[in-house]
Amino acid sequence: MNNDVFRKNKDAAFYFLLGAIGLVALAGLGAAFYMEHYGHVVTGMTNQIVWGLPHVFALFLIVAASGVLNMASIGSVFGKPVYKARAALSGLLAIAMLAGGLMVLMLDLGRSDRLIIAMTYLNLKSVFALNVFLYTIFFSVVVLYLWTMMDRKMHGYSRYVGFAAFIWRLLLTTGTGAIFGFLVARQAYGSALLPPMFIIMSFSFGLAVFMIVQAVMYRWNDRVLDEEILRRLKNLLAVFVAAVLYFTAVYHMTNLYFAKQTDFERFILLDGGIYTTLFWVGQVLIGSVLPLFLLFTAKKSSTVVVASLLVILGGFFQLYVFLIGGQAFPLNLFPGMEQSSSFFDGVIHSYSPSLPEFLLGMGGIAVAALITAIVAKVLNFMPDDTPHPASH
Amino acid sequence: MSNDVDNSRRKFIAAGVAGTAGLVLAPGVTLLDMAHARPAGEAASSAKRWGLLIDSTKCATGCNDCVTACGKENGVASTGHPETDPQWIRKIELKEIKSGRSHSLPMMCQHCAEPPCVDVCPTGASFKRADGIVLVDRHICIGCRYCMMACPYKARSFVHEEHEDQNPDVPRGKGCVEACTLCVHRIDKDQQPACVEACSAGNHGAMLFGDLNDSNSEISKRIATFATTQVRPDLALNTGVRYQGI
Repeated sequence: MNNDVFRKNKDAAFYFLLGAIGLVALAGLGAAFYMEHYGHVVTGMTNQIVWGLPHVFALFLIVAASGVLNMASIGSVFGKPVYKARAALSGLLAIAMLAGGLMVLMLDLGRSDRLIIAMTYLNLKSVFALNVFLYTIFFSVVVLYLWTMMDRKMHGYSRYVGFAAFIWRLLLTTGTGAIFGFLVARQAYGSALLPPMFIIMSFSFGLAVFMIVQAVMYRWNDRVLDEEILRRLKNLLAVFVAAVLYFTAVYHMTNLYFAKQTDFERFILLDGGIYTTLFWVGQVLIGSVLPLFLLFTAKKSSTVVVASLLVILGGFFQLYVFLIGGQAFPLNLFPGMEQSSSFFDGVIHSYSPSLPEFLLGMGGIAVAALITAIVAKVLNFMPDDTPHPASH
Repeated sequence: MSNDVDNSRRKFIAAGVAGTAGLVLAPGVTLLDMAHARPAGEAASSAKRWGLLIDSTKCATGCNDCVTACGKENGVASTGHPETDPQWIRKIELKEIKSGRSHSLPMMCQHCAEPPCVDVCPTGASFKRADGIVLVDRHICIGCRYCMMACPYKARSFVHEEHEDQNPDVPRGKGCVEACTLCVHRIDKDQQPACVEACSAGNHGAMLFGDLNDSNSEISKRIATFATTQVRPDLALNTGVRYQGI
């Protein structure tokens, strides 16, 4: 009887949760419709800041989507049972987050009604067009991977599909980094460092997201995560956070060495106002130093969750500085000359994100959460750490 | 024998008639060719490469004739939102930091031979015509703005809101990216781009339009004679717009 009441309460809570996430997703769709109807003039984006807050959200979701699959890869490719138990959940999250990220990207297009054109007219020299292949094949490989994990008859193939998924996720993040790596025009981009940096960012963001989802699922099912597993996962996250910090340092140090880049570095690191603050306080302090401290000293699961939340927040700050800060610094058409025009040449470009942009981004997160919650409810994605005879 | 003589006579007469006809008709054909640079339906030819030479020493600070003419020709008007209003051509005021020397010049799509916007465009909406003009196909542009991220000249604009009073020759649409077309609709009628025409009409003579592939064209001769530069030559994009006096 008590159990029944408990179950009913849990069910009610689940539907309430779905409803709440659904409302956020609806608000996101509403925002997209509003932007589509009036044009991008109702957003904070301009001819100077051409990619704005929706792209920060989309980038985060896409980067974290490939990173979250890492759990499965460590399990299948490197044969670690602790990670194998989490492979299915990591696959589901990868699909859900990629779907959410791509939705934001699609709905921000000036002509999102031309989806069919985007999928049928492909300029193979464009990294964007290549990404269309990377995303589609990623979806298919991960779905296949989930099948090999969930269907006993398919277990034998799991290792091979897992390996393919691992390679493909590396390619996918390389593709995301290359979107910027191939931009020669702007000082913030155009670096071969970006694809590997995006890969390490994906490791960090993806694992942080996984830790939070896992904690929510354990709490929901009144289970406690094994301390040893928690210790290993939190140490891994700390290594990833430190690695992102390392790449960030190398990125800025390289730029600082090139005389032509020092003005840009001065802008980001010293006198760029909001971007400088977001870099030092947001990315470095809140997103890296603080979580590193928490992760190394954490004894409780809740501390790890806080650290993971900070890593995610720091990830958003990092992408905001990278994307918006990178565009806010004006193009230098005539080195050594002061430039001015009616088109904002030579001045720092201003950007104030608008509510519709924020709602669209949140809508992407909500769609990812919705997919995860519904599929995890219907199928069994709860990590199972009871020793399996085959794994010994 | 007599037959042979007859044949040679006939041949001579035929050749004479054909030659005379050619002499009479050829100038007409040439004229016709000049009057209609390229018949509708005929593809642009890579034998030509259209370009501009801009002499910034003749371009006066504050003169906006080219910008005004472009706006009128292409229906690009201000809506009172300077940060989102498209600008196909703009005047940039330059001041050398060390010497203080200042000058002014118009900046627009540089019609690169290796355009980064064309490379990055996912659908191929950004394309380069055979005669070197870089354009956007408004039918397949999805408005992703990747080309705007890639363009080193800030030459492209995104249409942020609905536009009315469009020029039928220059259709524009909300949600697509656009830029200077070098007045392709005028070039195809053997006219000069509106900016160049306005600059000449104002007796400024700061802009010269022509075929960079034709060594006898005025623009090629000037480039062969005077020191000219490309903007951001470090990128090696081989721009179709060249500058003098920067």
